[in-house]
Amino acid sequence: MSSHLGRRIAQILPTLLLVSILVFCLQQLMPGDPALVLAGEERDPAVLEQIRAELWLDRPLPVQYFHWIGGVVQGDLGFSWRIRQPVLELVRTKLPVTLQLGAMAFIIAVSIGVPMGILSAVKRNTKWDYLANTIGLAGLSTPNFWLGIMLILLVSVKLGWLPPSGYVPLTEDWRQSLATTIMPAFVLGNAIAAVLMRHTRSAMLTAMDQDYVRTARAKGLTETRVILKHALRNALVPVITLGALELGTLLSGAVLTEQVFSVPGFGKLIVDAVFNRDYPVVQGVVLVTATVYVMLNLLADILYVVINPRLRVS
Amino acid sequence: MRTLLLAALLASTSLPVLAQEPTQTLKIALAEDADILDPTLARTFVGRIVFMGLCDKLFDINQKLEIIPQLATSFEYADPKTLILHIRPGVTFHDGEKLDAAAVKYSLERHATMAGSTRKAELSAMDHVDVVDPLTVKVSLKAPSAPFISQLADRAGMIVSPKAAEAAGKDFGLHPVCAGPFKFAERVAQDHITLDRFPGYWDAANIHFARVTYQIMVNSAAKFANLQAGAVDIAERLAATDVPAAKANSKIKVDIIPSLGYQAMEFNISRKDGAKTETGQSALVRKALELSIDRKALVDVVYNGIHTPVAQGVPASSPFYAKDIAVPGRDIAKAKALLAQAGVKLPVPVTLTVSTNPDQQQSGEVIQSMAAEAGFDVKVRATEFTALLAQEDSGEFQAALEGWSGRVDPDGDVYTFLHTGAPLNNWQYSNKDVDTWLDAARVTNDQAERRALYAKVFTKAHEELPLMYLYTTSWVTALSTKITGFQPVADGMIRLQGLALAK
Repeated sequence: MSSHLGRRIAQILPTLLLVSILVFCLQQLMPGDPALVLAGEERDPAVLEQIRAELWLDRPLPVQYFHWIGGVVQGDLGFSWRIRQPVLELVRTKLPVTLQLGAMAFIIAVSIGVPMGILSAVKRNTKWDYLANTIGLAGLSTPNFWLGIMLILLVSVKLGWLPPSGYVPLTEDWRQSLATTIMPAFVLGNAIAAVLMRHTRSAMLTAMDQDYVRTARAKGLTETRVILKHALRNALVPVITLGALELGTLLSGAVLTEQVFSVPGFGKLIVDAVFNRDYPVVQGVVLVTATVYVMLNLLADILYVVINPRLRVS
Repeated sequence: MRTLLLAALLASTSLPVLAQEPTQTLKIALAEDADILDPTLARTFVGRIVFMGLCDKLFDINQKLEIIPQLATSFEYADPKTLILHIRPGVTFHDGEKLDAAAVKYSLERHATMAGSTRKAELSAMDHVDVVDPLTVKVSLKAPSAPFISQLADRAGMIVSPKAAEAAGKDFGLHPVCAGPFKFAERVAQDHITLDRFPGYWDAANIHFARVTYQIMVNSAAKFANLQAGAVDIAERLAATDVPAAKANSKIKVDIIPSLGYQAMEFNISRKDGAKTETGQSALVRKALELSIDRKALVDVVYNGIHTPVAQGVPASSPFYAKDIAVPGRDIAKAKALLAQAGVKLPVPVTLTVSTNPDQQQSGEVIQSMAAEAGFDVKVRATEFTALLAQEDSGEFQAALEGWSGRVDPDGDVYTFLHTGAPLNNWQYSNKDVDTWLDAARVTNDQAERRALYAKVFTKAHEELPLMYLYTTSWVTALSTKITGFQPVADGMIRLQGLALAK
């Protein structure tokens, strides 16, 4: 097992290097010239030339890449062409926002999705199963931006319970922080809960048919213990994989929700950077996202072993 | 009696102090994030709104579009190429440094020469700057320039602290130091920009908030919801679709004012394949297309009627507006006759490039359906804005919908689009008469003569239609009814002087 984990760790560096080359090359395919965006409405030709020279846009692509990656290995991700803030600083301020939002969304998703999946599997083909499936389907089918705006109108405008948007860091005022993030977290968690519910249901149904569950029942264990200790533990392996992938997706996939609730997170950062051709920000954010994604998958690999003792032996 | 005396004493001492020290925060929702907060390098519209709190200018404009004093108290021309500026005495920057003629010279030269400066074109008429005395500056121009003074009423006239600018270099925009009513406090990119009241401001009595926070709200529905919930006090550029609901809300007032800018359809007439089309080669075909479009219906359908149809490059509020150029009505029969006269095969194919904004796409579709009746086959090609800029710049388009934010002086609205070889003349329109008139309007300060010259330019442009002006855009600002003192100006800026909470 340790060799398996060792192999996974060894894959990290080449993966990130490949990501860096890919993101650098792919953004060159985007139509549009960053200098045109930066030169202002007048687009004075002399200014355009100066901008291209200053940002190395007039140099060959390999030179531009090595200039950038040379900085990255020394911990310098460059600076935003649009607002001139260091990319590392932007990442440092945005990543905790999205991680907090993602973590809250994930907790909400797991708290709703997994119990509903279990209930649906255990009470298969009963009204509980149908109800859980209907709720899951509704969660999957509701567009995030629509649900977000509806929640703002209901909870903030009509009822005045929560602030309609914005963000307050946890370290500044945790109550206000939770108040500003609970609605976007619910919106994000809602869709993931539905996915988790359906996967938990299907994994649980498979597990409940296994011999070890029959054996556990034959031993005279209570049904709760059979479900939670024996079936669920095995069923959780695919759910964890999916959870790690969904959590990774939250990093960059929360764009619409962040826009609706004006949460200054990672998704908003990268979308604005792409639209403004702010290459250093795009590159930096994709690289950091890839790193977090790879780490989450490594964490999922470790969790398999913790959850499922059979993997330790193999 | 003693109590009364004490009360009288308190009233005479504490209350004025309280009145001078506002405590409230003003929250303004911006439709997008500003770019760098350095007036030399900045280029976005929202950036200009933030600068209204941060950096005073030599001059400002009022609701009648007149140039009024700000950091300069007055100006005069010693001769057509020499401008004398008189600087307001007793002004200090946020860092406590004195704002004097040397600081003005430093800022103007920084705008004109700094690498990457987006003010260069605006100050291109400037040759050099001399300090006459601590409160007098002499600006020598390369040639007489009528629009020059209006440039000093925008970012090119913003004065930065030389000490802070020298120390920060290109990073000045991270911690800008100017002489505006508020000083920079904090910026969280894509979230908010906070400015704190500057007690040393020269016009401090007109500032009634302790702090102003510019909140970035990209989603228009969310922006409106925030205004309804009272989470923001002012929202700039409210979506046209939200205007009826905002007007119906008793806690919100809506200010709609025609801007200086316009929306136009541009035609590629000289570059690459786009020019080798019917619309590129024949002014008759372009005229026919114009006659197939009902500008008012377009504005009513897509924008709830908030914009104003126009057929020239300046708004009706401008003193340079040519009243003789009427907005043509829709005339399908005449459009068909023009197409027959041009001898083109029907339907005439037109690829109209628009940005991916929903309202732009809808505008394209409305034009498509109107033009079809006259014999045009309009294909609407939605392209992301940055890619659209690149296509226009390289001449790879047939027709495109594009907007212009507008300038106080018509030179800024016209010269760069219609003069031969000018930077934004993407379609390479060239007409010697137009060039002569534009050059002449640039160097004369005689308003009547300039009006006549621009009228000739607009008349010729309307004949040849390298770009078809469609409508003057309007600024829609929505405010909480608690806010008083808002003065809408055609430049769309939110001036903080005079704004207060209703008692």
